[in-house]
Amino acid sequence: MSASTTSHRLYKALFITLLLVFALVYLAPLYVMLTTSFKGIEEIRNGNILALPTTLNGSAWSKAWSSACTGGDCYGLAPYFWNSMRIVLPAVFISTVIGALNGYVLSQWRFTGSNFLFGALLFGCFIPFQVILLPMAKLLAWLGLANTVPGLVLVHVIYGVAFTTLFFRNYYVGIPTELVRAARLDGAGFFAIFRHVFLPLSAPIIVVSIIWQFTQIWNDFLFGVVYSGPGTQPITVALNNLVNTTMGGKEYNVDMAAAVIAALPTLVVYLVAGKYFVRGLTAGAVKG
Amino acid sequence: MFDYLEKQLPKLIMAPTAIVMLVCMYGFIGWTAVLSFTKSRMLPQWEFVGWAQYERLFANPRWHVALDNLLVFTLLFIIIALLLGLMLAILLDRNIRNDGALRTIYLYPMAVSFIVTGTAWKWILNPGLGIEKMVRDLGFTDFEFRWLVEPDMAIYTIVIAAVWQSSGFVMAMFLAGLRGVDDSLIKAAQMDGASTFRTYWHIILPVMQPVFFGSVVILSHIAIKSFDLVQSLTGGGPGYASDLPATFMYTHAFSRAQMGLGAASAMVMLAGVMAIIVPYLYSELRGKKS
Repeated sequence: MSASTTSHRLYKALFITLLLVFALVYLAPLYVMLTTSFKGIEEIRNGNILALPTTLNGSAWSKAWSSACTGGDCYGLAPYFWNSMRIVLPAVFISTVIGALNGYVLSQWRFTGSNFLFGALLFGCFIPFQVILLPMAKLLAWLGLANTVPGLVLVHVIYGVAFTTLFFRNYYVGIPTELVRAARLDGAGFFAIFRHVFLPLSAPIIVVSIIWQFTQIWNDFLFGVVYSGPGTQPITVALNNLVNTTMGGKEYNVDMAAAVIAALPTLVVYLVAGKYFVRGLTAGAVKG
Repeated sequence: MFDYLEKQLPKLIMAPTAIVMLVCMYGFIGWTAVLSFTKSRMLPQWEFVGWAQYERLFANPRWHVALDNLLVFTLLFIIIALLLGLMLAILLDRNIRNDGALRTIYLYPMAVSFIVTGTAWKWILNPGLGIEKMVRDLGFTDFEFRWLVEPDMAIYTIVIAAVWQSSGFVMAMFLAGLRGVDDSLIKAAQMDGASTFRTYWHIILPVMQPVFFGSVVILSHIAIKSFDLVQSLTGGGPGYASDLPATFMYTHAFSRAQMGLGAASAMVMLAGVMAIIVPYLYSELRGKKS
């Protein structure tokens, strides 16, 4: 008995060590980004990539934020950070509202063909966007929205609604339809039931939807690079331009500071509401 | 009148989504399909050339590089991410009760954009200043690690970065599945004297089949759509050695004024995705009904 307990303990210690080693490996890129961003360029050239900075030098951060060159101009990432915010916030809000209403209908007010509609929409979660890039560019030009922030909001809403609808539909499907029937007998209408019965129950799934959409749209690069113009580019496009701008010497500290700035909003959201983030990720596959 | 409207309200609510979906998904797919049969270059034009664009596509060595890369990348990415994710999930599940901090660490890369991931790994893998220099500083002065600039190896840097980004997701999926396994099943197996390994192999893994299946579908979906990561990590280079179909499509449709060819490559991508997704969705939706 005691021998097996000892070996059991040994294994457990081994496994936990293994888990900790992996944790260090997963953390390494973030660590390298942060330490590099505080080093001077000399220190980067001569030192070790894993070494801590000898002094905390914040100049790379201010340069990345306000004066680094991103292709055409040299205003740093700041204007693009706010571009992303102007794209993300309305797109998240609109797609979540539409998704909630759609999910409510598809789970509680089914009609002939509503299941088919849901299936057709679900497929939209999976299409490679390359297949809609060209006609969407035409449509945006036709609407006069090419290279504009509203144009990008529209694109993100259109292709985000499939996901938000999926979230809300799968959540509301768990609520018994008797609830709706009873409320209707009491004379409540479509919107009244939504507002007074479903909305109060929806806090968790609203958070899931907001976090998912925020992360997806903030991190988007494909739509950003195709449908934005100078001045309306989101931060991912600006970061990519900044890193690949080859004027003068390469400033790795500025690149890393810029990368952390671009990652910060979604990282903060993840740290604050990680549980809901995981729920969004697994919503598609585990529960279906 | 009001009653009639009230009755039609659910359909009215769904109508905008249905119409937009019909136009912007299915209509656009059709539009791209038609475009792929024309000789469009800079602008769409409607002179039909049959399968010529597809013939050009498959005669293009760069497209074959992209397809080969996709195969290598997808296989390695999925296999490594699955093994790593499964291992982490099993280790976490059995050994640590309060695993919040570790889980957060394994999963945080998923919250970061592929552009940031690419930027970070481009620096870590930098020949001369990154890992290569670090190992050389340790005394191994002949050490070479310059995959980023080697045409044959560049695609593997994309595998590394993608695994780092997505394996935590697999871990989360498996962990959710493992925590859902009925404890009494495991206890019964252990009472019968089954080893931990056998318990996992015969009892737990079979229950996890849907999670496994779902992970494969989602990972292959990430792989086929991979665009940002290639763009930021290697830019498709050196030359076009690490091109994937997604970057091929973008380059030809938007920077090389080869719209017809780009459309054809997009249609091939769609066909690839559909071959995986349609059976999956079909079985999922079927399974729900029974």
